[in-house]
Amino acid sequence: MDEPEAKVWNGLFWVIQLFICINAVAKSFLQESRGRMLYFYSLASPVSFVLAKLIFNSLLMLLMSLLSLFLFIIFLGNPLDKATQFIGLTLLGGWSLSLVFSFLAAIAAKAQQNAAIMAVLGFPIIIPQLLLLMRLSNAAFAPLLTISSTTVLLLITMDILVIMLSVILFPFLWKD
Amino acid sequence: MHKSWWKILSVVLLVYTFTAGLLGEVPKLPLLQETIRNLYFHVCMWFGMMILFTISVVQAIRYLRSFDLKYDIYSRQYAIVGIVFGLLGYITGGIWASFTWADQNKSIIGQFGSIARDPKLIGAAIALLIYFAYLILRDSVQDTDKKARVSAVYNIFAYTLLFPAIWIIPRILPSLHPGNPGAEGGNPAMEMDMKMRVIFYPAVIGWTLLGVWIATIKIRLALLKEKKWLS
Repeated sequence: MDEPEAKVWNGLFWVIQLFICINAVAKSFLQESRGRMLYFYSLASPVSFVLAKLIFNSLLMLLMSLLSLFLFIIFLGNPLDKATQFIGLTLLGGWSLSLVFSFLAAIAAKAQQNAAIMAVLGFPIIIPQLLLLMRLSNAAFAPLLTISSTTVLLLITMDILVIMLSVILFPFLWKD
Repeated sequence: MHKSWWKILSVVLLVYTFTAGLLGEVPKLPLLQETIRNLYFHVCMWFGMMILFTISVVQAIRYLRSFDLKYDIYSRQYAIVGIVFGLLGYITGGIWASFTWADQNKSIIGQFGSIARDPKLIGAAIALLIYFAYLILRDSVQDTDKKARVSAVYNIFAYTLLFPAIWIIPRILPSLHPGNPGAEGGNPAMEMDMKMRVIFYPAVIGWTLLGVWIATIKIRLALLKEKKWLS
């Protein structure tokens, strides 16, 4: 009886996703001590290091996304009309968020290990993707709307762009 | 003299923009009427902002290729002047919107929310926020070389992701702002007649050159201040 309506549910869900991502992914770079970074530095090349970080954070965020979706459905009810498509969007969204924030965590780690700076850097960059995701997932609540595949493709293209940028730019952050 | 021709060109073009832009003939479009003259100022500000941000990114790339701190100073100053242009774009856009989008009979506060939610405005806000974050990031790192490297990396990363935000998303979401398929009136910049084009394009060049001019003065000042760091 106290369940929120679909639009509120959707907005709340993505905002929670954003904060989950900031907290989960921030750990990946901010927690590493200087000594351990030096150890990694002697072991691996920057490209393989950043790819490993991206893969780990993606998997972590996919798991977290599914967990939060499960909790949302249990506690806030299930207003979903196209459940499987929404799960797909959740995974895509979690992946996009984790990629962007992984790289931002790498930048923030260089700026005095400060988690607040990561949020400041990340919000403007993530707003467009979040806007697209919310708009896409709105369609999963209404029986008449369809999810536009061009927007999904756009999001995937942006994800690939982020991976490419990380691979190109991370070696410059790496050297100290 | 041989190096200052573009400064003279900038002044000449801006004088031309102001006289021809305020006195010249404009088509009497419904709703827009005489406010269409704002095209020579408002649209030019956003063009100038994007060009200055692009120059800033190019300087950031040059820094990462050479690790010469000079380029880092260039990059920062162009970004600052770009932000100023963006803020001016907001002010001129606000004046324009108050005549065309807002309902004169209602209070401005009641309508503000529905106008400010426009995707184009959000896109512009993202661009400004990214460069504000860039300046914050710069000030949070103490070491000069590290600061230059980290901020150059953020500059390139953010700029690349800014492009879809500004050019693609406003075309997907519905908007009042001209320049979208289906928006009322279409884009005045695309549909303007010859009389407006001959003022608009020189205006863009004039305003951009003015921005570059301001940036070069700021760069000279910054280079003098940092002289002890640079050889």
